[in-house]
Order: sequence, then structure tokens, then C-alpha cells
Amino acid sequence: MRLDVVLRVGVKLIIPFMLLFGLYVQLHGDYGPGGGFQAGVIVAGALIVYALIFGLDEAQRVVPRRLVEFLVPLGVLIYAGTGAFALLNGHNFLDYSVLAAHAPAGRERGILLVEAGVLVTVSSTMIALFYAFSERGR
Amino acid sequence: MLLTLLVIVTIAIVRMRSLFGVIALSGVYSFLMASVLMVYDAVDVAMTEAAVGAGVSTVLLLAALHLTKAREYPQPRPAAIPLLVAVVVGVALIWATYDLPAFGIADAPIHKHVAPHYLQNAIQETLVGNVVSAVLADYRGFDTFGEVIVVFTAGIGVMLLLKGRRQGRDGREGDAR
Repeated sequence: MRLDVVLRVGVKLIIPFMLLFGLYVQLHGDYGPGGGFQAGVIVAGALIVYALIFGLDEAQRVVPRRLVEFLVPLGVLIYAGTGAFALLNGHNFLDYSVLAAHAPAGRERGILLVEAGVLVTVSSTMIALFYAFSERGR
Repeated sequence: MLLTLLVIVTIAIVRMRSLFGVIALSGVYSFLMASVLMVYDAVDVAMTEAAVGAGVSTVLLLAALHLTKAREYPQPRPAAIPLLVAVVVGVALIWATYDLPAFGIADAPIHKHVAPHYLQNAIQETLVGNVVSAVLADYRGFDTFGEVIVVFTAGIGVMLLLKGRRQGRDGREGDAR
């Protein structure tokens, strides 16, 4: 077990950059390639790498399973809530123009919100899948 | 060149008996596929393929492999009917491609429907520079909502399946089936 010190230090160094890159992909998805799906997978990947090197228990202390199970539906609710908000304001479902005074600004904000919902659901689902498989292996 | 590599990797996957090697090769396959998509300028799809196909799904397959045996048993009898089905479907698909418009042609129907509107108006209408994001999250927001529901359903399904079994085994109360 002493030999994996390189891996431990390396992973500790790389994880902040993975999370930052995930955030970049998420927020820069408006202008470059990326978006909620890709960012969600990258964020989940950061935690999975952590779990692979430091063990499942350590990873579940950072992100407990209860939190993951809470986040999976939360993302869907963010997405559906954005749509329902437009519905309640007399527009069509997912018509983002109600979210700001001017329609284009509202649509930009709507895309941001919806992508956040995608990020939450995708990342937590990936983590949940990983937890489910690796817990069975014990 | 890339497509040739894809074919080679596919044949290697089919012929290999060690499942560990198969998983490693399927990661390679995903990276090659991502490169192909990059060549076609589909950067968003390439990114997804690299992250999901080569990254997470490889890890998940390895985790699943941990639960099973690492070698595939050789097929006990020759699989004539599956081979026939595969050949027939393949021939039918190739035959169907003759009805498609020529590859890369500018006046294919798909480029004439709503795509020009998106390309010309997406930035004014949504203030989002990446048209792919604008289409995914705004113009086709309903479809993306469906995709999120699919991910959600898949996650819930796997969690229920794997968790339910585990509790049944640990609890020793009846047959967990």
C-alpha cells in the first residue's frame, strides 16, 4: 500500500482542476463546446477518481449516498420547475422569455437554469451508478 | 484511417475472450469515435463521447466486471441464426443508405428545414453563442427534458435493482427475487 503515494498525491493535485474544468465546461457551454451533460460527467469523474484511489468509504464521507439520492431528482425538478414557472406565468412549458424583462435575456437565463438541472441530475446519477456497483462488490 | 482503426478495434473486441481487455478496447473505441466526431466538427458530441463513453462507462464496466468473472466462455454451438440476422440487417442498412442524400452535400433536406433559422437567429434570440447549446436547451428544450428524464429513470432503476438485492441478501428474509 505504500507504493500508491504517487497516485494519492497526483489525484489530490488533479481533482481541483477536474472540478474547475467541469465548472468551465458547464458555464462556458453557452459559448464553446460543452453543457450540462459533459460537465456532469466530468464532475462525477472527479469523485469517481477520488473513490478509486482513496476508497469508497472516503468518497462517501465527502459525498454521502443520501445526498446523491437527493440530488438525482433535484436536477429533474430544477428543469421541470423552470418549465412550470413559465407555465404558471401564462406562457408555454419551457418558454424562457418570462425569466427576464427582455425575451433574449430570459432565454439565456433559462438555458443557464436548465443546464444546471442537467448537471445536477447527470453527475449525481453517474455517482449513484458507481456507488451501486462498487457497494455490491464488497 | 480513423474508420479503419475503428474496424480493427471492433474485430479485436469480438475475438477477445478476456473481458478486461474488452473493456479497455471499448474505451479505445470510444476515443476513436470521439476523434471521428472531431473530424466532422461535432465538438459537443465528441466531448460527450470522450467523457461518457471512454471515461465513466469504462469505470462502470470495470466495477461491474468486479462482480462477475473476467473471462467470457466460448460459445458452445455455432451461432448460425444470429449471424444470418446480422448479415441481413447489415445488408438492409447498406441498401437503405442509397436513398440518403450524398454525404456532405449542402442542399440535403436536413440543412434546409430549421437549421438555417437556428444558425442565423440563435444569437439574437437567445444571446447564446454556441448554437448547439441554444438548440439543445432552448429550441429543443422539451427533448432535452426527456433526455434528463431518461438519465433519471436509468439511475433510479439501477439503484433499485442493486440496492434491493443487497438488502435481501443481507437481511436473509425470504428469497430476494
